[in-house]
Amino acid sequence: MTKSHEELPLTPISDSPSTVTPTGKWRVLRPVVDLSKCRKCTLCWKFCPDATIVLVDGYPEIDYVHCKGCGICANECPAKCIEMVREGAE
Amino acid sequence: MRSVMTGNYASAYGAKLARAEVIAAYPITPQTSIVEKLAEFVATGELKARYIPVESEHSAMAACVAASTAGARTYTATSSHGLTLMHEVLMWASGARLPVVMTNVSRAMAPPWSVWVDHMDSVAQRDTGWMEFFCESNQEVLDSIIMAYKICETRGVMLPAMVIEDAFVLSHTSEPVEVPDQHLVDSFLPAYEPEFKIEPGKARGFGSLVKPDQYMEFRYKAMLAMREARDRILRVEQEFKHVFGREYGGLLELYRCDDAEVVLVAAGSVAGTAKDVVDSMRAKGQPVGLARLRVFRPFPHEEFKALARKVSGIAVLDRSYTFGPAGAFFTEIKASACSNKEQPVMKDYIAGLGGRDITPRIIELIFEDMLVVARRGLDSEVEWVDVAGLPRRWR
Repeated sequence: MTKSHEELPLTPISDSPSTVTPTGKWRVLRPVVDLSKCRKCTLCWKFCPDATIVLVDGYPEIDYVHCKGCGICANECPAKCIEMVREGAE
Repeated sequence: MRSVMTGNYASAYGAKLARAEVIAAYPITPQTSIVEKLAEFVATGELKARYIPVESEHSAMAACVAASTAGARTYTATSSHGLTLMHEVLMWASGARLPVVMTNVSRAMAPPWSVWVDHMDSVAQRDTGWMEFFCESNQEVLDSIIMAYKICETRGVMLPAMVIEDAFVLSHTSEPVEVPDQHLVDSFLPAYEPEFKIEPGKARGFGSLVKPDQYMEFRYKAMLAMREARDRILRVEQEFKHVFGREYGGLLELYRCDDAEVVLVAAGSVAGTAKDVVDSMRAKGQPVGLARLRVFRPFPHEEFKALARKVSGIAVLDRSYTFGPAGAFFTEIKASACSNKEQPVMKDYIAGLGGRDITPRIIELIFEDMLVVARRGLDSEVEWVDVAGLPRRWR
């Protein structure tokens, strides 16, 4: 809700990180990982511009609450184990 | 203590007396001797400050923004291309409501390459949300820096300020300057107590994203702050006069304007020359006066409206050109005058660009021309003064 100018601080100061915004809702294409083909090179993890990939035992796990579906991980993956699938498609 | 010093040393002493805690600097002619002198103060321990040499003016202002966000009193100095390189971060400093104070040694913009005075660099930053103080003397430079911190750091203002020295005419010319006692400055200007600051262990985002439903409210607050700064400038100057015995005439200094028919508006060092010309023309019975534009932002709108009611002619000396129909000072002064029912005759004189001397003779000729057009009507609204190849002779 819009606050009156009198209620606002001098400049916007946020005490919460950007992760409070569920940017996953912006996604059109969803990265789907075929872990059987993964070589654990971690390039997807290194290249993700939003840090939405975490490594679990060396394998990528995607945080779909924040992943915007940019597809950089799929593009970088040398094993071609990440497929971008249209959201809502079977 | 009375000392003979350049405008640049006056700036350095001003920052030292104000106890600037973080100084970020990148050298540029004709500003360099300011930050050299401050580097010396810091190296010898005379000034307890963190001195950050940076790789560009953009970084200098970014460092000031960061240090000010951390609650430090910050200072930098620059000139012409350095100032315009800072442009983006100047906007950040004011939007983030940080009371950074800097000296700009006003110098022409290139090309053609020039290191000499004109006001294009300062005028081009008029929309950044910085206060702009144009100085007439080296004493005013030193005093304005001390006053600027007190104005900027006021709750309800919290905006940055630029103290402007004319290149070489002030920056490299020595004049007697009264250097106030440190204890007097300390009592006039207490340590900076920030309203908010970044703190280790307390993660926060400053200047974060604001959606369209809330952006205008923040800009409205900045507008109110600049309006508040108007009154604050006047009050701080009165306090300054009480402690140090010097004053500079508020936002618009009126010199022998009371019964003047024609008034010249000018900013910076040329105002000193113009005062002498006013005196000599007054001695011959000519009804002229000078209005020195000391503060360009916040703009002295009310002062100009009042002046426009009293006189039949206003000549404006613009030491820059904005590629609109006229110079920036003229355009804005005319806008103020136009909110009155009736307007005096107004004419813009573009003069002194790139360090061209504005001699007493030139100012006298401007007054004489203005006295004629104020009575007979305008010949042209904008006249370029002393340009080779134009018909009118100014020498």
